[in-house]
Amino acid sequence: MKKLLTSSVIALTALAGAASADINACLITKTDTNPFFVKMKEGATAAAEANGISLSTFAGKIDGDVESQVAAVETCIASGAKGILITPTDSRALTPVITQARDAGALVIALDTPFEPASVADATFATDNFKAGVLIGEWAAAKLGDEAANAKIAMLDLNASEISVDYLRNNGFLQGFGIDIKDPTDIGDEDDPRIVGNDVTNGNEEGGRTAMENLMQIDPEINVVYTINEPAAAGAYEALKSVGRENDVLIVSVDGGCPGVQNISEGVIGATSMQFPLLMASLGIDAIKTWAETGTKPQNTEGLDFYNTGVELITDEPVDGIPSLTSAEGLEKCWG
Amino acid sequence: MTTKAGYEQVLDGSDTNVAQFERRHHTVLERVQHILHNNPTFVPVIVLMLSLVAFWIIAGGRFFSAFNLSLIMQQVSIIGMLAAAQSLIIITAGIDLSVAAIMILMSVIMGNLAVNFGVPPTIAIIVGVIGGMLAGAMNGLLITKIKLPPFITTLGTWSIFFALNLWLSGAQSIRSQDIDEHAPLLKFFGNAINVGGARITFGVILMIVIFVVLWYMLNKTAWGRHVYAIGDDMEAAEMSGIRTERTLVSVYMLAGLVCAVAGWASIGRVGSISPQSFYEGNLQSITAVVIGGISLFGGRGSIMGALFGALIVGVFQSGLRMAGVDVLWQVFAIGWLIIIAVAIDQWIRRVSA
Repeated sequence: MKKLLTSSVIALTALAGAASADINACLITKTDTNPFFVKMKEGATAAAEANGISLSTFAGKIDGDVESQVAAVETCIASGAKGILITPTDSRALTPVITQARDAGALVIALDTPFEPASVADATFATDNFKAGVLIGEWAAAKLGDEAANAKIAMLDLNASEISVDYLRNNGFLQGFGIDIKDPTDIGDEDDPRIVGNDVTNGNEEGGRTAMENLMQIDPEINVVYTINEPAAAGAYEALKSVGRENDVLIVSVDGGCPGVQNISEGVIGATSMQFPLLMASLGIDAIKTWAETGTKPQNTEGLDFYNTGVELITDEPVDGIPSLTSAEGLEKCWG
Repeated sequence: MTTKAGYEQVLDGSDTNVAQFERRHHTVLERVQHILHNNPTFVPVIVLMLSLVAFWIIAGGRFFSAFNLSLIMQQVSIIGMLAAAQSLIIITAGIDLSVAAIMILMSVIMGNLAVNFGVPPTIAIIVGVIGGMLAGAMNGLLITKIKLPPFITTLGTWSIFFALNLWLSGAQSIRSQDIDEHAPLLKFFGNAINVGGARITFGVILMIVIFVVLWYMLNKTAWGRHVYAIGDDMEAAEMSGIRTERTLVSVYMLAGLVCAVAGWASIGRVGSISPQSFYEGNLQSITAVVIGGISLFGGRGSIMGALFGALIVGVFQSGLRMAGVDVLWQVFAIGWLIIIAVAIDQWIRRVSA
């Protein structure tokens, strides 16, 4: 009986293998509202078409919507996907379902946000978010020169969950600026007196404005503002403008969205680190194709636990020793 | 005096006083309960005063400065307006989960028309405000004509309006600079007057005006009494001749209108038009209403309570932040405020004569 069962399973597997000449893949993003993920979806869809892969796309409703992402991964497992590209909305919570997917034979690639540990997925294609932070930190310190020793810094972070993108950018910026970051995975454990405070923005304009107002209440003389992304930076700028301080404050950010780059050229944001969502997605699709055809997994960039898709500093006020692109050059490469 | 029949003679020994109510002695607590029953806004006002004093002591003089207090007003102004709309619905024993979605959708419509399609800002705003009323009418008609529960109806329309918002905006913010260039009128409510250190934005003034007007409508007009009657007992209201369906639809339309106006004001507050802002606005508005002592069971509570409720949340957030407390403890504190507020409401409802 047992033997019979085994052989019929083998037969079934063989049948399924023969039937699916097409490769199935899934793309699961944090939301389908953020232009970053919209661009990622565009890149993945184009690459999938070019490679003859049938791609299904899923997204959470809001940042942090773990439920929807778990359900999406389960759907992908059920549909026999060869590969799953996912931007985990929570770097730890999705581990069990991702392990299930890998056990079921899918290649899982984290895009943009690494899992913790990164080895939960087969590979990670991401911006080096720490490096992105370091670049704007170094730029801000160089811009201030000797005054950097007396800077008053506001840190506008994402949300209370402190996910990896959040602490990597935050701590990268601080290290680039020359501040002892203590625990590199913790936000707000620094004791440098130059940091006025941290507040959360949810990565949008409304949150950015409110957070900036709050921190200015703690110290009205803030002159350096780090922001998790460009919408938050735009919000912070509005708060500064309402008290007439928009010209004496350096705002730095990370992302490289087109409205953000435009804000660089108009002097709203001083410098931003640009990342490349389209590249992440197309590389991801290529990797799934290679995996389906040859069974080889993608390799990490040397010295990192992920494949680095690159980051560029965009500013119209370049400083010595830090390579950067102008906003005009940035507008040709921006996403969204 | 007539002679009693034998069987009545037992009455001679009984009390001959006329029947009367007993003047029972009330405890202090019972009196408080009674006063609060008659004046439901007392609790939020007292809590607001106490929390102001508490944070003045904890967070210091900077918290109590005119500038910071006016900043709190600015920060709660949009949620305050949504809470005003929410109060109208909750007084009818309904609930509206779509308030924030209507607000964002209408701000996106106004912005798209005025900035991207070159429609005169005045027209764009009028279209947005009418759109808000239509969205409210949709809620109201589904609830009264198809008899869907308000919770389910607005849960559905919340998603529908949010999806439309993403579709129309392409999930992209409209930048502050572009609004300044093409349609500065959209930012009208971001203008401010400075009075002795305080910065009062037109948005804050608008919020207060909305509350005063709605308070007047609810308390001084027949329509307002009908709204309370419906919330208290729908069937009784119907039998006493109130046209309940028509009144309910008007309540949802008015709430939609207030949301659309809040959408306009939010552009002035935020600076840009962001389809992602205020995602939790519906829950925050319900929080303000509940903390403001308006009963979720309908028919009881003053709309002014919602204003105080919104301010209490703002004071807690500002005060805790200035005291250097982590964000998660702000969320924690607001959670307890909600539970305590509802517990007090339940206690007041048990009032005995």
